[in-house]
Amino acid sequence: MATLTAPVKETRKFEEQEALITGSEAIAVACKLANVDVITAYPIRPYDTVMQYMSQLVADGELDCEFIVAEGEHSQFEIVKHASACGARTFCGSSGVGWMYAMEALTVTPALRIPLVALVGNRTLDDPGAFGVEHNDALSVRDLGWMLVWVDNAQEALDTALIAYRVAEDRRMFVPLAISCDGAFLTHSQSLVKIPAAEQVKKFLPRYDRGDLLLHPDNVISVAPQANEDWVMEMRRQNYAVTERACDVIREVYADFERIFGRKYGNPFFEEYRTEDAEIVLLGMGTLSTPVKVTIDKLRQQGKKAGFVRLRWFRPFAGKEIAKSLERFKAVGVIERDLSLGSPDLSGVVATELRSAMYSHAKTRPPVLDFLCGLGGREVTVEDVEKITDLTFQAAKGKAEPLTQWIGLRG
Amino acid sequence: MGQLFAVEVIGRGIFQDTLAKNITRGIVLAAHNEGKLGISFGRYGDSPERNGIPAKKFAIVASDDQTLQLGMAHYQPSQVDLSIVLDDTLTKGMEAWAWDGVHAINEAVKRGGTMIVVSLQDEEALLKFIHRRKEPYKLGIVKGLASFSGLWVYKDDHTDVRILGAITKALPELFGWKSVEKYIKEKVKGGELKAESARKAYERFSSVEIPAGKGNAEPLPKFDLLKWEDMRLGTSVTGQPQGGPIEDPVTHTLGGHKPIRNDKFMKYTTRSQRPVINFQTCTKCTLCWLNCPDGSFDVMPDGTYDADLNGCCGCGICEAICPVENCITMVSESKFDSNDSEWLRFKKSKDEYLTWLDATIKNAEKERTHGFRYRGQYQKDAPAALELAQKS
Repeated sequence: MATLTAPVKETRKFEEQEALITGSEAIAVACKLANVDVITAYPIRPYDTVMQYMSQLVADGELDCEFIVAEGEHSQFEIVKHASACGARTFCGSSGVGWMYAMEALTVTPALRIPLVALVGNRTLDDPGAFGVEHNDALSVRDLGWMLVWVDNAQEALDTALIAYRVAEDRRMFVPLAISCDGAFLTHSQSLVKIPAAEQVKKFLPRYDRGDLLLHPDNVISVAPQANEDWVMEMRRQNYAVTERACDVIREVYADFERIFGRKYGNPFFEEYRTEDAEIVLLGMGTLSTPVKVTIDKLRQQGKKAGFVRLRWFRPFAGKEIAKSLERFKAVGVIERDLSLGSPDLSGVVATELRSAMYSHAKTRPPVLDFLCGLGGREVTVEDVEKITDLTFQAAKGKAEPLTQWIGLRG
Repeated sequence: MGQLFAVEVIGRGIFQDTLAKNITRGIVLAAHNEGKLGISFGRYGDSPERNGIPAKKFAIVASDDQTLQLGMAHYQPSQVDLSIVLDDTLTKGMEAWAWDGVHAINEAVKRGGTMIVVSLQDEEALLKFIHRRKEPYKLGIVKGLASFSGLWVYKDDHTDVRILGAITKALPELFGWKSVEKYIKEKVKGGELKAESARKAYERFSSVEIPAGKGNAEPLPKFDLLKWEDMRLGTSVTGQPQGGPIEDPVTHTLGGHKPIRNDKFMKYTTRSQRPVINFQTCTKCTLCWLNCPDGSFDVMPDGTYDADLNGCCGCGICEAICPVENCITMVSESKFDSNDSEWLRFKKSKDEYLTWLDATIKNAEKERTHGFRYRGQYQKDAPAALELAQKS
């Protein structure tokens, strides 16, 4: 059933607090507000920042929960999977190869309908060992039934974590959700964040009710039996049904968030920046939005009509809506911090996905260029973005080759 | 379309996996000697590496490539011209691994097709186990114990070639005697001697017509394959209720504990031998109950332990772990046509039961196909087995 909160006729103003905190700390604060029951942890940069903040909250008596340090990421995710099956609200997270080490547990979680909320502090996959941001870690579960959302500032991290619990624990969903925060740029940078009052959060976020899926002696069920070909296809169809309704549930929850907290996110799936009269747009995920937005402002002063679309939700991928929005531009430049080696046109994951959506849903199909940049945590500079917009403007005039280019690369 | 033949070979997981494979390969290669084409494969979902699990292998043979492609288009043939059953205890039915329900052993045999069973029993005795069906078919027997030929150090008892010989008689269109003889002599180790065994089986084999409706009348559990909207979410199934005490048939008092088990997924068709228990000498030590890997022992009202024969896989651990001599004895499943409780029988008539027990376990050893009777038997028997293997 839908868990829309009853209409609130509220006259009293809730006390919001303001704090200078990092993206990771914002997630930890959200977990405290969501009153999570079980947290599992295993250190790896940059995710470990959230683990430190949370253990501090527990040590200070601000958060009453089980805080379990596992012996590795696989166990870390298995423990919360089981705790969630028993009705506990859980939090977990990792980064880079730590996330990959948990892969078997990550794979089984969606089919068991576990509404786990996780933080991926995006990090380059080894080798070579590198702390910096790349998005391939979180994207590795993109086909497995996880929901994936990217945020670009600490306020959005906090808000999205609350939204995440509400979406994942909606009975129509019950699938795990990972919030991606770019390593360093978001996990380690402090900014001013408004922290909502606990009473407000209570209104927004109902109790996690697992119903007849609860693993409990009073509700005797057996979970995850061997099933083989007579049953698996039907089980897969059930998870597919979740993805069919995911966009509607997310829209509902954002509307409710806005009503209760008063902060507006507009379209939940992507943010549009100065696109109204734009000829070309760039599209990307995460914190590269800052240099991109600054560059767009600069170009606008020069009379160049460029805009930016920041993708928040990668799973579900609101393909129709995105395609309908992008079909009005003369060219699209995707700017992304990931690779999809050997993919069509040797592009990244986002561009490949976007082209697929455009092919199905766009009335006119502008060229979609792809720019691979900022890998290994390298900074995406204003100069990089200027070059990207130049190339995208050229594509609008007909020069759309090559389709994929490396930006900010030496040599 | 040319001629198309499908043969299935049903054996017990791991013990008869190599034997079944040798037979399906032999069928394809013998038929190839007369210009036919074919493939040989095992049903993937059976997981035949598991001890005793009923598992199917197939040979598909066709007169030309295009017809073979037609035969291969279905991964598992739903209808076969010939069905070979390598262990007569399998005639009680087969339940593939992972929740498929018990199926009749003869369900895939075409109307008028033939089922060949390796057995020391006759057709009438086997029809107590084989479920009746609507279409007539033929039943023939190749005399023998369930063979482990091809498994590790077990002796090659020529079962593979004897089956090929019998097939030549049962379905001459598949391949003639000359083709199978050529295959055995050229491709099989010890070919000359084995060709002689095959020839004898070819000459001796005969089958009888089984009319519609003849056979075991016991209904098989029905399985509803639910639609995806109707299935529980989260890869979950409802558990069984807890169960409770049971009634003593003589005193009518309640006692002991019997859990309620899944009546759809029973596992008993994995069993080729079952525990037979002397409730008189049982010391109630609990070891069988604690060590049974399938949890199939229940506590009886008098404190003894009885195996629930719907859930017992026949592994024999209870026999090996039992400290009382001849208290638990594994006996070939071919001696029994019911899964009813032994304890109830014992309670109703102790003398009758104990007389039956003595007679039943007397020759049990000779008919054993696998397993160890006591702890340490492997260490004791291994040197002799190794010597035998090195000789052959």
